[in-house]
Amino acid sequence: MIPAGFEYHRPSDIASAVSILQEHGDEARVIAGGHSLIPMMKLRMADMGHLIDLQDIDALKGISLMGDTVTIGAMVTQHELITSATLANAVPIIKEAALLIADPQVRYVGTVGGNVANGDPGNDMPGLMQCLNASYELSGPDGTRTVAAREFYEAAYFTARDDEEILTRIHIPVPAAGTGYAYEKQKRKIGDYATAASAVMLRVVDGVCAEASIAMTNLADTPVFAEAASAALYGRALDDAAIGDAVSAAIEATDPVADNRGPVEFKKHVASVILRRAIDRAASRAS
Amino acid sequence: MNEQTLTPEQRAANLKGMGSSRKRVEDVRFTQGKGNYVDDIKLDGMLFGDFVRSPYAHARVVSINTEEAMKVPGVVAVLTAEDLAPLGLHWMPTLAGDKQMVLADGKVLFQGQEVAFVVAEDRYAAADAAELVEVDYEELPVVVDPFEALKSDVVLREDTVDENGNATEGAHGPRNHPNHIFTWEQGEKEATEAVLSEADVVAEEMVYYHRTHPCPLETCGSVASMDKVTGKLTLWGTFQAPHAIRTVVSLISGIAEHNIRVISPDIGGGFGNKVGAYAGYVCSVVASIVTGKPVKWVEDRMENLMSTAFARDYWMKGKIAATKDGKITGLWCHTTADHGGFDACADPTKFPAGFMNICTGSYDIPTAYLAVEGVYTNKAPGGVAYRCSFRVTEAAYFIERMIEVLAIKLNMDAAELRRINFIKKDQFPYQSALGWEYDSGDYHTAWDKALESVGYDKLRVEQAQQIEDFKAGKTRKLMGIGLTHFTEIVGAGPVKNCDILGLGMFDSCEIRIHPTGSAIARLGTISQGQGHATTFAQIIASEIGLPADDITLEEGDTDTAPYGLGTYGSRSTPVAGAATAMAARKIRAKAQMIAAYLLEVHDDDVEWDIDRFAVKGAPERFKTMKEIAFAAYNQAIPGLEPGLEAVSYYDPPNMTYPFGAYICVLDIDVDTGEADIRSFYALDDCGTRINPMIIEGQVHGGLTEALAIAMGQEIAYDEMGNVKTGTLMDFFIPTAWETPNYITDHTTTPSPHHPIGAKGVGESPNVGGVPCFSNAVHDAFRPFGLTQTHMPHDHWRIWKTANDLGLHG
Ligand SMILES: Cc1cc2nc3c(=O)[nH]c(=O)nc-3n(C[C@H](O)[C@H](O)[C@H](O)COP(=O)(O)OP(=O)(O)OC[C@H]3O[C@@H](n4cnc5c(N)ncnc54)[C@H](O)[C@@H]3O)c2cc1C
Repeated sequence: MIPAGFEYHRPSDIASAVSILQEHGDEARVIAGGHSLIPMMKLRMADMGHLIDLQDIDALKGISLMGDTVTIGAMVTQHELITSATLANAVPIIKEAALLIADPQVRYVGTVGGNVANGDPGNDMPGLMQCLNASYELSGPDGTRTVAAREFYEAAYFTARDDEEILTRIHIPVPAAGTGYAYEKQKRKIGDYATAASAVMLRVVDGVCAEASIAMTNLADTPVFAEAASAALYGRALDDAAIGDAVSAAIEATDPVADNRGPVEFKKHVASVILRRAIDRAASRAS
Repeated sequence: MNEQTLTPEQRAANLKGMGSSRKRVEDVRFTQGKGNYVDDIKLDGMLFGDFVRSPYAHARVVSINTEEAMKVPGVVAVLTAEDLAPLGLHWMPTLAGDKQMVLADGKVLFQGQEVAFVVAEDRYAAADAAELVEVDYEELPVVVDPFEALKSDVVLREDTVDENGNATEGAHGPRNHPNHIFTWEQGEKEATEAVLSEADVVAEEMVYYHRTHPCPLETCGSVASMDKVTGKLTLWGTFQAPHAIRTVVSLISGIAEHNIRVISPDIGGGFGNKVGAYAGYVCSVVASIVTGKPVKWVEDRMENLMSTAFARDYWMKGKIAATKDGKITGLWCHTTADHGGFDACADPTKFPAGFMNICTGSYDIPTAYLAVEGVYTNKAPGGVAYRCSFRVTEAAYFIERMIEVLAIKLNMDAAELRRINFIKKDQFPYQSALGWEYDSGDYHTAWDKALESVGYDKLRVEQAQQIEDFKAGKTRKLMGIGLTHFTEIVGAGPVKNCDILGLGMFDSCEIRIHPTGSAIARLGTISQGQGHATTFAQIIASEIGLPADDITLEEGDTDTAPYGLGTYGSRSTPVAGAATAMAARKIRAKAQMIAAYLLEVHDDDVEWDIDRFAVKGAPERFKTMKEIAFAAYNQAIPGLEPGLEAVSYYDPPNMTYPFGAYICVLDIDVDTGEADIRSFYALDDCGTRINPMIIEGQVHGGLTEALAIAMGQEIAYDEMGNVKTGTLMDFFIPTAWETPNYITDHTTTPSPHHPIGAKGVGESPNVGGVPCFSNAVHDAFRPFGLTQTHMPHDHWRIWKTANDLGLHG
């Protein structure tokens, strides 16, 4: 459990970080909280000559609310997601989900940017960001661009981010007042990734579902944004039949693999149970 | 206040002797990061060793090329079996009478097996170089299933077959197949079979206790320093038995025993993982001899889980016979024991399956038969007593499951079935059908106290209601009530039948009283977190009347401590604790003579009173132990040598038999497979209680390990022999979050043969906890037809049980 040697860089602005990335190509990787990257390095599954530490870049920090958009800097820690009053007011599902990541020690250091950029299907934030229809700001040699979270994930550890880009900020549209939300996750213990997790946001107007967004975690090689499930709820009263249809549609979109948590059939069953619970809880919070 | 005015109670309290919840003296250091563990040892010029390990579970090693590795800056040597062979150290003896490769000698038998040892100036260079050692493997068919192994024509251990391919005789008798290690039989086979064939009722089940691992917080490691000038080898290591290690090192290396000093510094948990001898220890010694420099080896977590000493892996086929009203008439057990590639179990020599023959448990079973068959497979060696006396937890799990299975067959309440079969108080000392003499017990009292404390009858009423609600679709939760009454056999053991590698399993204590009335005591045991420095001082305090706070405890340095067999199998209190009391009594005997001299009376005219000797009938005339200590060093007393010291080597007349009654209540979410522990009640009877707070701590820790084992912790392999649970992400260690609140309770039935009546407690909660949690899970599904399923009861297995029973609609 000892990593191979590397060169350590600690730039203090985005441009310098990008230029180091450019200089060393795929020999270089940025490091944020290190709580996904360092284990991989220790297992010698990630081996790179240059490590670019982002922690001195102030532009990557902070949480702000401007108009209808919340912006979270990539280097905001998962702990800060839990303690931020701004987020608690504007997008409370983030706190609910962040509390289910790993354990406090990991969350003090692990960042939201690292969590969404990592591309590990076990990470909780990517599914959540898809549910929230967030977008990621990326800075690279050619400037800045924005990619929707729903478009970002291509396969396990493969994302739309170019090797020479840094994910700098996450923009989240503030959900309309009265939106119900729930993040539900089953795991074997504190510190474990999800057996299955689901993020649900929904709005109910005049007894029928006026908006719904459902995404699931660790049930495929990317987060599962279940559009068909949302559609199954839209325009209907949130009764057993509607929820049942939504759950079936969502499970249809999953493609879990067997691992120590259990075989595929178990995971799909658990996923359906917790999604149903998440929808129920979100519905109970909608007003 | 002076000695004259204190009340006897105050004087006793000042000693903080037996019965006092004295705070652990160790914790001041441990909680401030001031412990001194093996990895804290840093010596001038020290080198680091790292292993190249086999990625395959079964393969021939065709060639090893170390050229590239040697080029890494800082690399000093790369050792292979070829380098060790001239010293005869490429293989080493195991504690079980087998032998084990130190470094792969032509083939590998399990994933993670040590193939080469890279020695470098720092850890990083060693790790880099280990990656560059080129090993050419030729894969061989893998055998991971012990039942298959006994039928397979794949020979794992070519060194144990003759030229015709037949298995040669093993350390424990004839072998009937190349992959068969031994068959150990106890009790009466024919008589038991006769009972089974005539019984009203026979319940039959396969009870599997899965493979797991002690996984101590600190992994295994050693630092060897060979001083070529003095010829002395100093070996620091994570040793639960430092003296035995010294003797073994001397025997296998040829270094004279007086030239070897073994030191166990602070140990961060052992739980049996640190009893055996490992390749890393041997390689650090050889590397130090070869390089003339100190060499450190410390394994990482993955190495710990995959290569150093697993526990359990017993397939226990059971048959239990009873009359129709539930009186047990016979017990039959055939166990298939998966030992991995080498038989490296840590058991007393004459007990290849440990004390598995305690499997009649707390019950008066007149006739019984046990056979245990050891088998080689392509898995890591081990089979250590993970927080239990040798195989006692397997035995307890077996009988406590079989009782439940029988209760189902008889359609009886399992609490009542236990009650009518308990050994009765007046039957002690009790001769069990499988050969043990239980020292003392009062099972009915403990059982009734436990049932009453948890409100057992009410719980059953609530459970019945819950089942109705479940059937009516009002809830998706099921309630399980887990019962266990366990009896352990600990404190190995009498030298007449217990030895390890020929070393009798006595233990020792040496006490030196200083002139000013404080003391140092040294023992042959070694604490790994049990709090010896706290509790053994309490024994001495009560025996000789000096405050525990004034007594230093030292263990683990073979140059200073008296010879002993170490700490495991709950033997420290039963054996070394007894030695401590006996040594203290020798001191008190001499103190009596000194006191009598000082008081100018005859020896028989003084009597012991808490912390002093007083003249009989004249309590105001006395000499405190402190005064006596000073006199021992400054007075010429006719007929007495100066000084006040004693040493005792204690050979216990019998084992001790702690017992307990545990009850767990849990709720199962049928849809997700999650189990929520609602409550856990643990009544322990460990005889005389030395420090109630430490007992409680031991019980909490042991129960949490039991929770882990029962509910998720396992070392799992795929069919290629790959370890699937090699990190703490998959190997379950509960956090505070998963750990329930425990209610502890006790009864006190002293051991009649132990000087202070203590029986040992550290392992009870693991032994009793595992069946209790597991029985609770089983109990939840009993109304739906479940008889037996296998641990660990993780989410998916519980879910599968529910699914198989049709509970998912
Ligand atoms: C024991 C344990 C349990 C865990 N459990 C969970 C869990 O339950 N749920 C969960 O979601 N996560 C879990 N994690 C992962 C944790 O949340 C990590 O912190 C997170 O995945 C990565 O964030 P980081 O800041 O640590 O990133 P790092 O580990 O530093 O980086 C991760 C990857 O992202 C890249 N990267 C990081 N920041 C950027 C950026 N700004 N721009 C471009 N690329 C970037 C890195 O190059 C690297 O490839 C767990 C981790 C551990 C150790």
